[in-house]
Amino acid sequence: MDRHRVPAACGLSGVISQDGNLIEGDVIIESMRVIHDRGNGLGGGFAGYGIYPKYRDLYAVHVMFEDPEGRALCEELLERNLEVEAAEEIPTTPSEKIADPPILWRYFATPRGEKLSAEGREADDFMVKLVMEINMTVPGAFVFSSGKNMGVFKAVGFAEDVGEFYRLPEYAGYTWIGHGRFPTNTPGWWGGAHPFNILDWAVVHNGEVSSYGTNKRYLEMFGYQCTLLTDTEVMAYLFDLLIRKHKLPLEVACTVMAAPFWKDIDSQDTDRRHLDEALRMTYGSALVNGPFAVIAGFSRGMMGLNDRIKLRPLIAACKDDLLYVASEESAIRQICPKPDRVWAPKAGRPVVGELKGDV
Amino acid sequence: MPGDMIPSEFIVEVDHQRCRRCKRCILNCGFGVFDFQSMTTADSSKCVACHRCVVFCPEEAITITKNPLEFKEHASWDVNLRKAIWKQAQSPGMMLTGMGTDFPWLNVFDHILIDACQVTNPSIDPLREPMELRTFLGRKPDKLDIKARGDGEFDLETKLESNIKLDVPIIFSGMSYGSVSLNTHRALAVAAQKLGTVMNTGEGGLHEELYPYADNIIVQCASGRFGVHSKYLNAGVAVEIKVGQGAKPGIGGHLPGEKIGREVSGTRMIPVGTDALSPAPHHDIYSIEDLRQLIYAIKEATGYKPVSVKIATVHNVAAIASGIARAGADIIYLDGFRGGTGASPAVIRDHVGIPLEIALAVVDRQLREEGIRNWVSIIAAGGIRSSADVAKAIALGADAVGIGTAALIALGCRLCQKCYTGKCSWGIATQRPELTGRLDVDWGAERLVNLVNSWSLELKEVLGALGINAVESLRGNRERLRTLGLDVTTSEILDVKPAGM
Repeated sequence: MDRHRVPAACGLSGVISQDGNLIEGDVIIESMRVIHDRGNGLGGGFAGYGIYPKYRDLYAVHVMFEDPEGRALCEELLERNLEVEAAEEIPTTPSEKIADPPILWRYFATPRGEKLSAEGREADDFMVKLVMEINMTVPGAFVFSSGKNMGVFKAVGFAEDVGEFYRLPEYAGYTWIGHGRFPTNTPGWWGGAHPFNILDWAVVHNGEVSSYGTNKRYLEMFGYQCTLLTDTEVMAYLFDLLIRKHKLPLEVACTVMAAPFWKDIDSQDTDRRHLDEALRMTYGSALVNGPFAVIAGFSRGMMGLNDRIKLRPLIAACKDDLLYVASEESAIRQICPKPDRVWAPKAGRPVVGELKGDV
Repeated sequence: MPGDMIPSEFIVEVDHQRCRRCKRCILNCGFGVFDFQSMTTADSSKCVACHRCVVFCPEEAITITKNPLEFKEHASWDVNLRKAIWKQAQSPGMMLTGMGTDFPWLNVFDHILIDACQVTNPSIDPLREPMELRTFLGRKPDKLDIKARGDGEFDLETKLESNIKLDVPIIFSGMSYGSVSLNTHRALAVAAQKLGTVMNTGEGGLHEELYPYADNIIVQCASGRFGVHSKYLNAGVAVEIKVGQGAKPGIGGHLPGEKIGREVSGTRMIPVGTDALSPAPHHDIYSIEDLRQLIYAIKEATGYKPVSVKIATVHNVAAIASGIARAGADIIYLDGFRGGTGASPAVIRDHVGIPLEIALAVVDRQLREEGIRNWVSIIAAGGIRSSADVAKAIALGADAVGIGTAALIALGCRLCQKCYTGKCSWGIATQRPELTGRLDVDWGAERLVNLVNSWSLELKEVLGALGINAVESLRGNRERLRTLGLDVTTSEILDVKPAGM
C-alpha cells in the first residue's frame, strides 16, 4: 500500500427520503453521471441505507480480498468473533471499465455473546475494534463497510461505472450518497475510494484536511487507527467518536468540526458563548481545518456540511419529503428537475435530513 | 609571573580624531572599560562586547573587534577549553556563565521545514481572512456532556476547570526579580497586559507594585520559596512550581548578596545583602507523590487556579511529564537545554539535558499514548528564537511557547553572557541603581509588544500558507513538518518524516 497520504478533489451527491420511501439505486447513479468531470476515474463509490431489510439487525460486513489466502485468514477471524448468519459474494457485473476487481464478499453477522461478555464491550465498540484489527493485521483483507441495514460499494473507476458494476439498480434504499474521486496521484487501490465507513457512518468528502495530522493523532488517543492515509477517514472516525461515543448532538458535533470563529462566539449570549468556548477548548484537535464539503449518511439520516469558510461547493435542495445535497446543482436537477427550494448552505452550518418514522 | 594569562577577548579602539571627549562611554559601560586621562582610554580586557558604548557614542568613535590574536590550532583543544583551564588554574572554582548554552550542538529546529498549500487546497490570506491564535492553558475534560434542550439550544453539563486565556500562544518565561531589574519586570508586565498574554515572575517573588497586573501574571514557587506567601500565590492567574530550569537541570540557584538591595530583600523576604540560595531539589518534593501534595496544597490555597510544573528537559522527560500530569498539574512547562539563565556553572549549562524539540515530541507522544493529552497544556521554552521556532514547536505538540532570552534581546541585551556579574550595561540583569534606571519601562514594553506582534503576524502567515485558520489545527500537526539533514533515528523520535516523503 502506498504510504503517502493522497490529497483529492471530488464530486458528491446525496439524497434522502425523510418519509422512508425507497429510492432505487439508479437514481444516485444518474445524479453522479452529470458530475463525471469532477472525478478522474480513480475512485467512485456509493452508500445505500435501508438496502438489507432482511438482515436489518445484523452488521453487514463488506470485505475486499486481494487473494484467497487473505479471505481464509479473515474468515477465520470473523468466525471466531461473530455469529455469521449469511455469507455471499457481492453480486457484480464484470466490465472492462472496472479493472482488476478484488474478491468481494459480504457477511451478515453479530458479535458472539461470549466474546462481548469476555471483553465487557458494547457490540458497536466490539465491531469497531474488529474492523480496525482486520484492516491493520490481516494481509490482503480490507473491511469497507460494517453498518446495519446499509452498505458501501466502491471501486477504482468513474462513479457511474462503479454503480453499474455493483448492480446498484437492483437495490432500493431510503438514503443514497455517491462520490466521484479526483485524486492527485494514482494509488489504484479500491480501499482508497469513498465512501469511508465505520458502523453506520458513511462519509463522502471533497476536500483536503489541512489539519489531518492533528485530527489523526487526536483520534489515535481513542483507539482509532487511520490506516487508509486519506483525509476522509478522519472525518468518518470523528463523527463516530463525537456522536456515538461522546454522545454529542449532531449539530454540536458539526460545531466542533467546523467551529465558528472567536469573533462570532464572543458576540453571542452568555450560555451559547460558554458552550462554544468549551467546545473549542475541549475539542480543538477535532476541528477539521481546510477546504471540505462532506455528505455523511447515518442510519437515521443524512447530513451535508461545509468547512468554516466554505472553500468547496455544496448545494442543497428539497422537494416534498426528499432532501438533496450535492457538489453542483446540476447533479440535483438531473434527478429532481423542479425542486421546491434550492439553496447554498452557509459555511460550517449543517444541512440535515432525518427519517420521520420507522423504516 | 603574570597574574592573568588570558588575552582579551575583544579589542576596544577609540578614534581620537572623532572623539569629542563627552565621556558618555565612561558613564555607559557597566564593566569599567573606559577611563579618561587627557583622552579616552579603554581597557580591552574588561570588554564583553555588550555594545552599550557603541550605541551611545554620538560620534561613532568606538570600534570593538574580536582579538585577532592567533592560537596554535588544535582540533581537540578548542581555545575556550584552554582559556577555562587557565582561569581555573589561576583561581579554583566553577566556571560561571550566563544565558543559554553557546556550545555548537545541533539545532533541531534548524533541520525542520514547514509545509505549504499548492493547488489541491487553497492557502488562506491572513490579511483578508480571520486567523485565530487564541489559546487556553490548563486542564480540559476528555469529553463534554451536552444535552439538547429541545428549543434548538443545548445545555452544557460538564464543568470546565479554570484556564488561562491567551490572545497569542507566546508567554514571557520566568525571570526572577533579583536576577533581572524591577524595570525589566515592569516592562514585561505592561507588555503582557497589552498583548493579552502572561509573564512569569520567576522565583524571586513579585514586587507589590506589580500586583495590579494579576490577570497577566503567573507566579512561581521555586525551591528557595523566595517571596512566597498566600497573597503572592493569589497574585496571578496561575501558580508555577519550578522544579528545574533548562540551563541548569538538577541544580539550584545562587543570587549573590550584592544583588539583594532593599527592594529585592522586601520582595524576596530575606535580609539585605544575604546570598539567595535556591536548593537543588525542593526539600518537600523528593518524589512524585510529594509533588502531588504540593500541587493540591497550592490549589487549595488559590481556589483551584491552574498549577504549572516547570521542568528541565532531561533524558527521561516523557515518563516524568506523564507523572506530573497524573499528579494533578494543569500545565507542564518544558524548558529545553538551550534555555537561558542569570547564572549557571558552564559545565551544567553546556552539557546537561536534551533539546527542547526532542523532549516536546516525546512528551506529547507519551501523553497521547496514555490518552491524557487533554489533561495538561504544554508550554515549550528554552530555545525559541523566532516565529519559525514557535510554529515548529506548536506543530510538534506545544500549546504555547515561552520566550525569555528573545524578550531580553528585545530590551537591548547583546547576549554577552555576563548576567551573573550584575554589571549589565543595559539595565536588565543588574540591581545597581545607576544601571537599572537606564531601562525605560514604556520603551521596553513597547519593544516587547512589537516583537510579539511581529511574531504573531508571521505565525498567521505560516498558518495561512498551511491553509489553516486556527492555531489548534497546527498543534501536534507533525504531518505538516519535514526534517532535512537529520539522522533517521532522530526523525523517527520526532515522528516527522524526512523531506521528500
